[in-house]
Formats: sequence, structure tokens, C-alpha cells
Amino acid sequence: MSVPSFIEIVFWFFGGLAILGGLMCITRRNPVASALWLVVTLFALAGLFVILDAQFLAALQVLVYAGAIMVLFLFVIMLLNLGRAGRPADIKGGFGKLIATLLAGGLALQLLTVAKLGPPEAIRMPPGSMEALQREEGLVSVVGRSLYGDYLIPFEITSILLLAAIVGAVVLAKRKL
Amino acid sequence: MLTERALMIGAILFSLGVAGVLLRRNAIVIFMSVELMLNAVNLTFVALAQQLGIAGQVFVFFVMAVAAAEAAVGLAIILAIYRHRETVDLRNINILKG
Repeated sequence: MSVPSFIEIVFWFFGGLAILGGLMCITRRNPVASALWLVVTLFALAGLFVILDAQFLAALQVLVYAGAIMVLFLFVIMLLNLGRAGRPADIKGGFGKLIATLLAGGLALQLLTVAKLGPPEAIRMPPGSMEALQREEGLVSVVGRSLYGDYLIPFEITSILLLAAIVGAVVLAKRKL
Repeated sequence: MLTERALMIGAILFSLGVAGVLLRRNAIVIFMSVELMLNAVNLTFVALAQQLGIAGQVFVFFVMAVAAAEAAVGLAIILAIYRHRETVDLRNINILKG
């Protein structure tokens, strides 16, 4: 049994934190507590992104997810005044709980079996090549070059999607057109 | 290898998200469970991008944009339903059941 390296300790810290946050998120009765535990998970995932050579995405994760999307969630929860504890059962009882646990557990087993294999050896890049690419090109430019090159059309379609979402949200939330 | 372990963490998080969707009755908490699933997929993308090239990271970018759009529209729908029915409990929102 070798001594775990510093990177591994940090990795397991953030990984454990992410799973703990996810577990608490789905079991807390108070929606505000659920939302805050989800924020914990999102921050832990940002930490994992840094370890997995995705520093730019880690920054985006904190800014967009923890910063914008979760604020939107908390805002709606508080606007609808759902933050009171002790409301009638929000979590399903006996039978529903059993079904949920069985289905999610079965799915977890299947996914874990696949995950243990990892990507096939033949298509893997040699270890450390992503780090070398980033050192050569820069952390952001390596993502940006791909985003504005190979994926330019999906990127433009995303802007149309966001426009549709803005218009849709305004129309849906309006009392009267 | 960190990649396989990250894939496993992603698998567990995705299953937790599925459990949340099946377990809860509050529409907003179900919505947050869906966000949890999206994030598990993001982690998988990033973990695989480390070994299979930068495209995985670009996809996470798109997933984030779609998640932001989905959150805006979804929460607007929940607001509209709440205004109509005074509740976000899914037991009371079953008009499609006929």
C-alpha cells in the first residue's frame, strides 16, 4: 500500500465532498438547505475540474453554476416562500422510497461497472499530454481555439438557444401578454 | 488512475440525481436533482477530456449554456404553475393524467 500523493488526497477530499453534497441535497426536507448543499457539490466539482486539467471550466462552474443558476433557484424558492420546514411530506414514503433506492442503486451499479473500465487503451492520449498542450498554448486559448474553430456552428446555435430561453422565460412569467 | 475514479464519482452523482427525481415531490427540488445529473455528466466529460482530447471540455461549455437556458425556462414554468395552483407539489399537478 503506497502512501497517497497530495493530488490524490485533494481529489478524494473534493470527490467525497461532492457525493456528500449530492446526498444531502436529495434528502434535506427544506428546499433552501437542498439548494445550499447543491452549491457545495458544485464547488467541489469545480475543485475536481482543476485537478483534471480543466481550470477554465472550473472558473466557469463557479461563476455560472454556483453564481448564476443557483442564485436563480434560491430566488425562486424564496419568492414562492417554500423555505419553511415541516411542510407535509415532500419526500415520498415507504414504497416510493424503496423503488427509488432500487432503481438508482441498479443504475449506480451499472454505471460503476462501465466507469471502472475507463476509455479503451487504443484511443487514449499518452498521460500528461493535455497538460503539455495547455502549457504550450495557454489554459483558455486551448478551449477557445476549439470552440471558435471546430465548434463554431454549435456555438452560434447556442446563442439562438439562449435568446429563445430569454424570450420564453419572459413570456411564461408574465401575468398577461 | 484519477480518470477512472472521476468517472466513478460521476456515476455515483448521476445515480443520486436519479434518486432525487424519483424520491421528491417538490418540483424545484426535482429540478435541482436534474442539475445534479447534468453536473455528473460534466464531470464525466472533463475526466474523459483529459485522455481523449479537448473536445470534452468544449462540450461541458455547451452543457452549461443549455443548463442555464433550461433553468431560466423551467423556473418560469414553475412560477406560472405556482401562480395558477398555489403549490409546486407534484401530487397536485396531474392534469395530464386525465
